[in-house]
Amino acid sequence: MNPFSSGTRLRDMIRAIRACKTAAEERAVVRKECAAIRTSMNENDQDYRHRNLAKLMFIHMLGYPTHFGQMECLKLIASAGFPEKRIGYLGLMLLLDERQEVLMLVTNSLKQDLNHSNQYIVGLALCALGNICSAEMARDLAPEVERLLQFRDPNVRKKAALCTIRIIKKVPDLSENFINPAAALLKEKHHGVLITGIQLCTDLCKVSPEALEFLRKKHTDGLVKTLKDAVNSPYTPEYDISGIADPFLHIRLLKLLRVLGQGDADASDAMNDILAQVATKTESNKNAGNAILYECVETIMSIEDNGGLRVLAINILGRFLSNRDNNIRYVALNMLMKAITVDAQAVQRHRATILECVKDSDASIQKRALELVYVLVNETNVKPLTKELIDYLEVSDQEFKGELTAKICSIIEKFSPEKNWYIDQMLKVLKKAGNFVKDEVWHALIAVISSASDLHGYTVRALYKAFQTSSEQESLVRVAVWCIGEYGDMLVNNVGMLDIEDPITVTESDTVDVVKIAIKHHALDLTTKAMALIALLKLSSRFPSCSERIKDIIVQHKGSFVLELQQRSLEFNSIIEKHQNIRSALVERMPILDDATFSTRRAGSLPAAASTSGGASLNLPNGVAKPSAAPLVDLLDLSDDLPAPCSSGGDFLQDLLGVDLSPAPSQSGIGQIQKAGTDVLLDLLSIGTPLQSSSPTTDILSSNQNDKSPIATLDALSSPSSLSAQATSSARAAPMMDLLDGFGPSPLKPEDNGSVYPPLVAFQSSSLRITFNFSKQPGNPQTTLIQATFTNLTPNVFTDFIFLAAVPKFLQLHLDPASSNILPASGNGSITQNLRVTNSQHGKKSLVMRTRMSYKFDNKVTLEEGQINNFPQDLGS
Amino acid sequence: MIRFILLQNRQGKTRLAKYYVPLEDSEKHKVEYEVHRLVVNRDPKFTNFVEFRTHKVIYRRYAGLFFALCVDITDNELAYLECIHLFVEILDHFFSNVCELDLVFNFHKVYLILDEFILAGELQETSKRAIIERMGELEKLE
Repeated sequence: MNPFSSGTRLRDMIRAIRACKTAAEERAVVRKECAAIRTSMNENDQDYRHRNLAKLMFIHMLGYPTHFGQMECLKLIASAGFPEKRIGYLGLMLLLDERQEVLMLVTNSLKQDLNHSNQYIVGLALCALGNICSAEMARDLAPEVERLLQFRDPNVRKKAALCTIRIIKKVPDLSENFINPAAALLKEKHHGVLITGIQLCTDLCKVSPEALEFLRKKHTDGLVKTLKDAVNSPYTPEYDISGIADPFLHIRLLKLLRVLGQGDADASDAMNDILAQVATKTESNKNAGNAILYECVETIMSIEDNGGLRVLAINILGRFLSNRDNNIRYVALNMLMKAITVDAQAVQRHRATILECVKDSDASIQKRALELVYVLVNETNVKPLTKELIDYLEVSDQEFKGELTAKICSIIEKFSPEKNWYIDQMLKVLKKAGNFVKDEVWHALIAVISSASDLHGYTVRALYKAFQTSSEQESLVRVAVWCIGEYGDMLVNNVGMLDIEDPITVTESDTVDVVKIAIKHHALDLTTKAMALIALLKLSSRFPSCSERIKDIIVQHKGSFVLELQQRSLEFNSIIEKHQNIRSALVERMPILDDATFSTRRAGSLPAAASTSGGASLNLPNGVAKPSAAPLVDLLDLSDDLPAPCSSGGDFLQDLLGVDLSPAPSQSGIGQIQKAGTDVLLDLLSIGTPLQSSSPTTDILSSNQNDKSPIATLDALSSPSSLSAQATSSARAAPMMDLLDGFGPSPLKPEDNGSVYPPLVAFQSSSLRITFNFSKQPGNPQTTLIQATFTNLTPNVFTDFIFLAAVPKFLQLHLDPASSNILPASGNGSITQNLRVTNSQHGKKSLVMRTRMSYKFDNKVTLEEGQINNFPQDLGS
Repeated sequence: MIRFILLQNRQGKTRLAKYYVPLEDSEKHKVEYEVHRLVVNRDPKFTNFVEFRTHKVIYRRYAGLFFALCVDITDNELAYLECIHLFVEILDHFFSNVCELDLVFNFHKVYLILDEFILAGELQETSKRAIIERMGELEKLE
């Protein structure tokens, strides 16, 4: 009956899966297995239940959906035998988590098993509870767990202790009940119970100030003694890790002592001796020993001050830092970061070593070291440190450059002793890593340049030179282009030469060349090009001799596909051509950007900037990260129709992208239900069959219906709006004429290709109606011309009326401009708009369309949406 | 606290995945993929620690298998490194000279061992002998 003994089918299945040569083969095997398992489940097969679940767990591990097995877990848990329960609980932990509602059903079984007479079954239940317990379960089952903390078998006690950690994390209010039983565990002789008890007390202290206070008062001395015993214990092979006695117990004790000592001088005092003993006596040639030392250093740094101990700790870190093992150096850097608040001077002594670590080839070390260097910088060492970092910028990895650049810029900004130095350093950064410089950084640079009026000439010349070598660095180009636009004349005339400069000869035409290169450079983006256009405009006034040439460059963008560039080009061109008289006034040098106002404004906007950037990258550790598809779906405004949020959102995108729609073969039952929920979408997106069944009447549209529907339309026109016959007059007349036109020649021959189709009320709400009139061009049956007529059924005038339509991929839609964007009240006039739809699947699929109307009245924007899938059948086929 | 434990081979096939925090299935797959990519190409001389989102991953390679623990940023990296090694020693002892195939065909036992070793994201037992004995008792109940 053992499901796992060899020769049974779990083994066979794993073999079969392993034998698969391709992913497709594997999917086929898994699909077959899943089908068999489902059948077996449906038959409520008792004998194979746990074998099935074991298989499902393997399939789950391969990444296939296995939701349909969840109920089986519950059934197995509820059965009597240990083997069944064991697999049931394992499945519960793997296939479910605390957020599934199914989990509520298991609370009762858990309660029974926690009270079971068989301690192994109690162990299973505790283990499951510890791993997936939700807040509700924590409340329901806390009394059981509390009782089990005193259970006779130590295996149960230690499990209960860890289970309690989960419970108090979920519901901190419950911690009060656990303080005494947890504290009792600290006196345990059993090693496993002691170690878990210490962990529990550490976590209790985190969630409950009372627990912290209680343990600090009553148990600090006891814990110090326990640690002393551990340090002086004779050799015990059982807990020995590569020659170090019981490091895990040491580490947990040190951690709890740290919590107790923090902020309490007496408790800190009580542990001083033992900490000194650990710090001096622990061997540091093994990883396990270093792990203890590391924990000990952290405790020393965190508890209340004791000068001697701290010296000891910093020395240990110094030793770590010069260790050949990268892991040890990493933790040293990590800890020095904490030490710096305690003893900055001591950390400064290791500056050179830390700087070397920034240049390490291991990204983890680089990152830690850079952060450490960043906090080590001060007014006195900023110049050499910045030089080192900027030099390294050149050779650093691409992935590291972004972070390094940000830190360097921040250092320069924070500690720059004078503007000249600031500008020099920033230019160096821009030259080496301009593509990594954030917008706010180069904005700030421009503000500084602007305010340093004696350095304008120097800066623009330096930028000119930098541009010659590094024209691919976007933000360098931007700053250069801006400065050339402002101070181009200083570049040419060598105004404001500093002693350190070599004179250069730049002609006006050279200057224009720079801007021209920037504007032509394919890799540079819109902002840069727009800035370049402004620079050109400014230069046209500064260099009258180049005015013609500049005009030519500007004019080239008259036909730019980018609206912004096109507009600027046209405007600037007309300034140059027609408004000579105001040009020089328009392009005067910018007033000095005041540092102070700039930085306060920036400070104001900074939090917002920070929060947006943080939101994207630093999303919650293991929280549910939002699928990036979601906003897109929102944009497309189909979210309302999507009951299943993310997964089907992805599907929808796939649809749009034309990815095959057929549900993945291994898709689970739940998946399919979600699909069903989105059938609206499927309709829209063209699955032929559902569409036909959903509009069965369309294909029996006959001539008499053709006769009726326009009448119906007319009826509808006058009925809802009480306002008289006028409603249908004037503008209304146009579509009617159309209708009649269409009808006139051959009203009874709708099958005659390209002539008459029944008009359609495409949308009707209490406020708005849309009517479609169809026609086709002879000889082009794929293309349908639609005249849409919009009628306002309310007594308010709608302004800013916009009609949008979306069609699936096999259709092409072209919208002509609407006749107006103001829709008169009460049907007293209408807007018409022509649409042209081309059906690439003409004859196979019918037309479908989604529509969206937005309009304003009372200064409120209203949105309405509709979907049309009852287009006259004969339009398409 | 341990957030999750992953055991993957060089190709990125997951051989064991235990999560102590709730995650969507899709998110789990993403995490497994990302962690594999983070660790698989690192130089053996590099640290065994990589920052991963707002946590860090402590990993260790044994032949073609990567053992990875995702832990809090303030946790003791060196201790968790020892913890991985201890787990491997237990597996080695239990399967007497463990290889990847043992873990594939006996994945449920591996989970069982892990449940005796770590619970609720914290270390439960550090004695190899105690865990092997406990496994013996549990196997007798099958």
